[in-house]
Amino acid sequence: MTHDEALLQFLLRMGDNTLILGHRVSEWCGHAPVLEEDIALANTALDLIGQTQLWLGLAADVQGDGKTADDMAFLRDAWDFRNVLLVEMPNGDFGQTLMRQFLFDAWHSIMLGRLITSSDPRVAEIAEKASKEVAYHLERSGDTVVGLADGTEESHARMQAALDYLYPYVGEMFLSDATDAEMVAAGIAPDPAGLRDEYDALVGRIVDTATLTLPDGRFTHKGGRDGRMHTEHLGHLLTQMQWLQRAYPGASW
Amino acid sequence: MAQVSTEQVWDWLDDVPDPEIPVISLVDLGIIRDVRWEEDTLVVSVTPTYSGCPATSVINLDIETALRGHGIDKLELRRQLSPAWTTDWLSQKGRKKLEDYGIAPPQPAGGPAKCPNCGSKNLQKVSQFGSTPCKAHWRCQDCLEPFDYFKCI
Ligand SMILES: [Zn+2]
Repeated sequence: MTHDEALLQFLLRMGDNTLILGHRVSEWCGHAPVLEEDIALANTALDLIGQTQLWLGLAADVQGDGKTADDMAFLRDAWDFRNVLLVEMPNGDFGQTLMRQFLFDAWHSIMLGRLITSSDPRVAEIAEKASKEVAYHLERSGDTVVGLADGTEESHARMQAALDYLYPYVGEMFLSDATDAEMVAAGIAPDPAGLRDEYDALVGRIVDTATLTLPDGRFTHKGGRDGRMHTEHLGHLLTQMQWLQRAYPGASW
Repeated sequence: MAQVSTEQVWDWLDDVPDPEIPVISLVDLGIIRDVRWEEDTLVVSVTPTYSGCPATSVINLDIETALRGHGIDKLELRRQLSPAWTTDWLSQKGRKKLEDYGIAPPQPAGGPAKCPNCGSKNLQKVSQFGSTPCKAHWRCQDCLEPFDYFKCI
């Protein structure tokens, strides 16, 4: 793998995570339990899609064949996506959506914090911008997880079920492969495995405050960030997200 | 036409309203980072407030429309990401205008200092997000008015 090939994979991983989660969160638009939550979810999705434009725009530049961030988002098929499985999981109920958001935000904030000192200034400036937005996401998703879990018997049970369901997807964010080794060697990005202790401390603190119980096992589903095998959910998501470009190729306005 | 001074261009840009909060200008908002001539081309560097802010493309269009209206032919708009935009760059004039308009200006403490309607400090956060990416939603417990708070980032 050449350096640019590894850099492209790394950028796709960052951009596909924000794209797929941004799309998932946007599915709530007009459906959230109360207006304030609807607006909050839509704003979170907007930040994530904005970050996607930066990451995938840079990925397209590195690929160097004249494609744009839009091409990357709308003209690739499921096997080309490099997002972790966690972000493509269905929304479920409101609690499950916020639990997924929290589990991702915690990783995202730690990762972006490291990328601010990336040796590649293009990566560093995107991370600097995104980390401000993500700090806000994390504050909100963490507070909401605590509020719901330490709420009624019903809301507590739903948040515990969401954590039990989603936790086996957490480990994939900390796997390392040849792409990561190349990024570490070039000083562009940290080894994901090295972020786990900080993540466990952060998540553990919120989970305790929320009166939830972290599942015991460290088993993890994987296959998203290396594109080996996504869940069946990604293809369904893409049929919605990419519908317009598939029905009307090249449409723009 | 002779090259106008960059000070003149800054003045022109200070007349271009923010499309979402039209009481303040783009210069008040702190998103115009640089104005310079590169040979016969005027280069304006603009930084986004939030990476997904839908107003960004409208802002670029408004800058271009305004400067072309003042006779600038050769114009280039550059996106500048770093240093990332911060509400510290809001002008004092802009903060005052926000408050007069009913939007509480950002505070380092992370919440509004007082109700922009009655001045009360008895306030409650309704939601961390508001009508645009840059605002949160608060309510005054005394006059009971809901209001926008310009988030501090
Ligand atoms: Zn009041």
